[in-house]
Amino acid sequence: MDWLTTVDHKKIGILYLIAGGFFFLIGGLEAILIRIQLWRPLNDFVSASTFNELLTMHGTTMIFLAAMPLLFALMNAVVPLQIGARDVAFPFLNSLGFWTFFFGGVLLNVSWFAGGAPDAGWTSYVPLASPLYSEGKGVDYYVIGLQIAGIGTLIGGINFLATIINMRAPGMSFMRMPMFTWTVFITSALILFAFPALAVGLVALMFDRLFEANFFNVNNGGNTVLWEHIFWIFGHPEVYILILPAFGVISEVISTFSRKRLFGYSSMVFATVLIGFLGFMVWAHHMFTVGLGPVANALFSIATMLIAVPTGIKIFNWLFTMWGGSIRFTTANMFAVGFVPTFVMGGVTGVMLASAPADYQYHDTYFVVAHFHYVIVGGLILGIFAGLFYWWPKMFGRMLNETLGKICFWLFFTGFHLTFFVQHFLGLMGMPRRIYTYLDGLGFNNMNLISTVGAILMGLGTIAFLINIVITSMKPKNAAYDPWEDGRTLEWTIPSPAPEYNFAQTPLVRGYDAFWKEKMEGKNAMTPAEPLGPIHMPSPSILPFIMSIGLFIAGFGLMYHQHIITIAGLVITFGCMFTRSVKDDHGFHIEPDELHDKGVKA
Amino acid sequence: MMNRWHILKRLTPLLAGMVLLLSACGRADLSALRPQGPVAEEQFGLMKLSITIMAFVVIVVFVIALYVIIRYRRRPGDKSIPVQVEGNHKLEIIWTVIPIVLLVILGVPTIKSVFGLAEDYSKDPNAIQVKVTAHQYWWEFEYPKEGVKTAQEMIIPNDAVISIEAKTADVLHSFWIPSLAGKIDTNPGGNVNKMYFKAPKEGVYLGKCAELCGPSHALMDFKVKSVDRASYDRWIAAQKAPVALPADKQLAETLTTNCLSCHAIGDGTGWAPNLTGIGSRGTVAGMLVNTDDAKYENEGTVQENLERWLKDPNEVKPGNKMGKIELSDEEIKSISKYLADLKIEY
Ligand code: HEM
Ligand SMILES: [Cu+2]
Repeated sequence: MDWLTTVDHKKIGILYLIAGGFFFLIGGLEAILIRIQLWRPLNDFVSASTFNELLTMHGTTMIFLAAMPLLFALMNAVVPLQIGARDVAFPFLNSLGFWTFFFGGVLLNVSWFAGGAPDAGWTSYVPLASPLYSEGKGVDYYVIGLQIAGIGTLIGGINFLATIINMRAPGMSFMRMPMFTWTVFITSALILFAFPALAVGLVALMFDRLFEANFFNVNNGGNTVLWEHIFWIFGHPEVYILILPAFGVISEVISTFSRKRLFGYSSMVFATVLIGFLGFMVWAHHMFTVGLGPVANALFSIATMLIAVPTGIKIFNWLFTMWGGSIRFTTANMFAVGFVPTFVMGGVTGVMLASAPADYQYHDTYFVVAHFHYVIVGGLILGIFAGLFYWWPKMFGRMLNETLGKICFWLFFTGFHLTFFVQHFLGLMGMPRRIYTYLDGLGFNNMNLISTVGAILMGLGTIAFLINIVITSMKPKNAAYDPWEDGRTLEWTIPSPAPEYNFAQTPLVRGYDAFWKEKMEGKNAMTPAEPLGPIHMPSPSILPFIMSIGLFIAGFGLMYHQHIITIAGLVITFGCMFTRSVKDDHGFHIEPDELHDKGVKA
Repeated sequence: MMNRWHILKRLTPLLAGMVLLLSACGRADLSALRPQGPVAEEQFGLMKLSITIMAFVVIVVFVIALYVIIRYRRRPGDKSIPVQVEGNHKLEIIWTVIPIVLLVILGVPTIKSVFGLAEDYSKDPNAIQVKVTAHQYWWEFEYPKEGVKTAQEMIIPNDAVISIEAKTADVLHSFWIPSLAGKIDTNPGGNVNKMYFKAPKEGVYLGKCAELCGPSHALMDFKVKSVDRASYDRWIAAQKAPVALPADKQLAETLTTNCLSCHAIGDGTGWAPNLTGIGSRGTVAGMLVNTDDAKYENEGTVQENLERWLKDPNEVKPGNKMGKIELSDEEIKSISKYLADLKIEY
């Protein structure tokens, strides 16, 4: 019950971790099934239509229900601590964001049991996703599930914007913010601008599907290319929403374990902002073959190539952070160091794709599959692993097992390159993506087999991580404040796990890498910025949970045209909003004599 | 400084070797790495240029990363604190400027090529005009000037520019012949896309649909056959010649009621693939390969492939619009035989 009503950002972070991790396992299982189907030509392990469902659900699940929430897990666990805040700006909203994401994700996955999952690809291009060619309910689940989950993400993004702008400890100017906080800040801004585009697109598609509107129906004056634009105006920034926080994690981890400050901090900040900005300018590079004409293709080619410049700055800054450092290879750092060359490989294929005439060959082939997995798995997932190993003690008060961690790293890392490196060649040799089978004799057999073996290794790596979690959770909570001993930022000044109120006294920040600065001056704690006093805390609430259930119910009503159910669901949601608005709740206070540096129970 | 040039000198053959390796990759009639016509060649040129630049970047990063990882690993018991450098403007400018230079090297030919490949030959009287229409899950090729319609296999002369107008009859597909030219989407509605290519070497090239279009997207293959001009002219003539129905009245009747309601043979019309000359095509349904020496599951003689298709089209291509037709084994045999014998000389 405590977990259903919590508004504590650290617990919400753990909820995100559990839910995101769960969906990651589902998405991973789908990936393995996809790879089993493709291990040899003309295989009939799954049928063509099941394959398309697996493919669609794998992409959708990994992006929206695994990667995003896992990042939100890290954001929630770390950002308020890094800026010396006692909580996020809107704790109630934070909980609401989580529950809407969760029920949106559950709704999507219910489709498996309701007679067919969506099968038009995670991009759901019309007309394939229109009622004319996708008759079942599958795509309806996609439209409504994503809509609800998207609301959650948008709420979360706005919350972090407000938190980072308003809740920084005294002395923490923008240019003293840790890199991870910076990337979360930019990511939140991207969420604020990108997700409304998705929401609008999904509403339009929902109207087409449920109420016979004609936004995308060419027979009645609609336009299918419109959907592609809307989708990618959201979809391209989305990949930067995903990768920027991973950049942040890598910056923190590499700098800590090199015992050195981040090289070129201000150029890092500048590069992050620039990447965020350019991320919005290049969506049409997903549409070079749509026939937008040479002027558009040339412009979007060049704009896309430009992103390589700030990204390059980041790569070299990381390398030079390690240069001259004293590098310690913990599991977290192995993931971070493994990230750098891997991500570079994904980045350079991105530049190759940006050259439009060459992209006429790459587009929609396995080359693209290889590219985006290099950036998403090789970038984002390695980043998330690094972050989890790094902050696990701060989240749970226990250190993950290093030996198992290294086994996990090597299995996952080798498996990853085995799976995706050969796919570049498959694509260039003529293998289109999203195919459920391929004919024999085309020269695709061996590489597909290698790819499948790699995927299984990645699966084993993930299992090693799960075992690690189980073993670790049986050990006592004895992690130190600063378990890596080289902690540089504020989260390492408070107990592991962090107490409910984070900071008994708000710290005074006197420079970049605030904690490191104090340590160098021979202190082992921050100077407080305020006297010890009662701490105001928000009250827990069940309303976010119920509101999300309301939306969940309304979603079903919409899909099955049961308007009473829709209305009932919405009444629940709006009823909760009303209750929340009229009921005064001032929270409670923790008095100074109750302060016990024990930490949240996890 | 000397030292660095040495490294470059050593890298060059490595890169050249890589490019060579690349160009030996895959089947000549299918791989974008083994271009067989000027358009694909131009695209391959851009690929080689970008791969070289990118391999250079990757190698530089790998070398620095390896060096750093080995040189600066913490020795046991090391408690020293490294110098906390803030940054270095000179270095930062270097790694901003070098990528920009590399991008200019790639950007200029890219732009040239974007405009070059967008050239419109649809009004050119010397070009062969072909209207490509994609269907779930087959391809229709119409030669408007010649008044010919065919399916699954596009015959072209090897001495002319082929000018394509691509559209779709249903969902999005994408028209792609890797060894001849990159792909172009087929959009619904009035939105017609154009492209061109040439196939100077005679031969058969494999084409594919590259946009997820439903369950049988994977099987939406087609062939492009480049022949000399005289053969091409003979083919056009043969396509237009009348075709006799089977002599057997019973069989002709079965054929007319069951097949010709959708398909056309000879000068008939129909919305399904045109069957004129199907006996001399390389495949049935675009992906059952006709050969007397079957090695793979999707190969067989024309007769066998036709029988397999007629028994249950959905077994071959899931979700396709033909659907199973109620025919006795006897009828399937004789219809297949008739179709297999519908050969044209060219
Ligand atoms: C065990 C790890 C993974 C494996 C083996 C794997 C494998 C695959 C395969 C085989 C495809 C189908 C490619 C095609 O036919 O077009 C695919 C598609 C995709 N994957 Fe993964 N994947 C993995 C992890 C991930 C992760 C972590 C993400 C994102 C965070 C992701 C995102 C996607 C996306 C967006 C698609 C495209 C789906 C579509 O075409 O609609 N994958 N993956
Ligand atoms: Cu298709």
